[in-house]
Amino acid sequence: MISDITIKMARCKGCGICVAFCPKQVLALDELSKVQVVNGEACIACGQCELRCPDYAIFVDKKVSQ
Amino acid sequence: MERSFEKYFRQNRLPHLWCPGCGNGIAMKAIVMAIEKKGLSQDNTVIVSGIGCSSRASGYMDFDTLHTAHGRAIPFATGIKLARPELNVIVITGDGDCTAIGGNLFIHAARRNVDLTVVLFNNSIYGMTGGQASPMTPYGKKATTAPYGAIDRPFDVCQLAIASGATYVARSTAFHVQHLTEMIAGGFDNQGFSFIEAVVQCPTAYGRKNKLPEPADMMKWMRDQAIMKPAWDKLPAEKREEKFPIGLFYSAQYEDYTTAYDEVIQRAGGDQK
Repeated sequence: MISDITIKMARCKGCGICVAFCPKQVLALDELSKVQVVNGEACIACGQCELRCPDYAIFVDKKVSQ
Repeated sequence: MERSFEKYFRQNRLPHLWCPGCGNGIAMKAIVMAIEKKGLSQDNTVIVSGIGCSSRASGYMDFDTLHTAHGRAIPFATGIKLARPELNVIVITGDGDCTAIGGNLFIHAARRNVDLTVVLFNNSIYGMTGGQASPMTPYGKKATTAPYGAIDRPFDVCQLAIASGATYVARSTAFHVQHLTEMIAGGFDNQGFSFIEAVVQCPTAYGRKNKLPEPADMMKWMRDQAIMKPAWDKLPAEKREEKFPIGLFYSAQYEDYTTAYDEVIQRAGGDQK
């Protein structure tokens, strides 16, 4: 996994914008319609989800190699 | 990692109350990122908003903020600017607030070239009051007061701003977040009336009535229909249907209102130049 995905669950309203714009299908909505990471390994840390999240609920940081 | 723009929000007011998928949150983030980019201080920046969904933004932003009467954000902001010209005054307004209720106030502030940065969140509808058609509901699109489609032609508010005398006019969308941030930041640099239209999605009141119920669908619509200004200029007329241009439309240098007013004060005081 090359990225750290932080989700502020209290802010997520489950609009699905991050899921729709993820180019690698990393994200999905869970049964409560909140975002969850389903395939973290595929994340390329492009930040499309963070860029367009209207609720500032998801943040992606590229892992710095040690 | 905590993002640096978070310091511009009133953390105890978040999450905001906009609907799931509402584009206002994206436009508000673009404003604070532009503020950060230009290094405007929280102590000398004032956010003024009118009434409507968009205008809730002032309550979430940690600056000196003013939530004013319907359509009257620009006159309040003009007052602040004239009393304290050193402040950066930003107006957040909506399509109904700015072009219907505050239509006259908007064109006259543009005419006077008051040094304000006006960001209009255009969601094409009166969202807060239940989805009535606004002066910027596109022709033929449905609203609760236009169940068979709006027959009024919408304003092209950027053209209106240019015709009224604004000295910086730009448009962007909630899909083009970085572009929107740049356009707003450019407005801060302009000394004079700067106007930025941010096209945002309203999935609740507008999208559900117009076959775009998912917020992401509306953003994909923006991605596909918005054309950058240089490409738009080359686009033949028959290909322009359903599409709209984004980018910087107009920029000019002209004496701003506070400077002109200072000169009048000097003259009235008997200062012969």
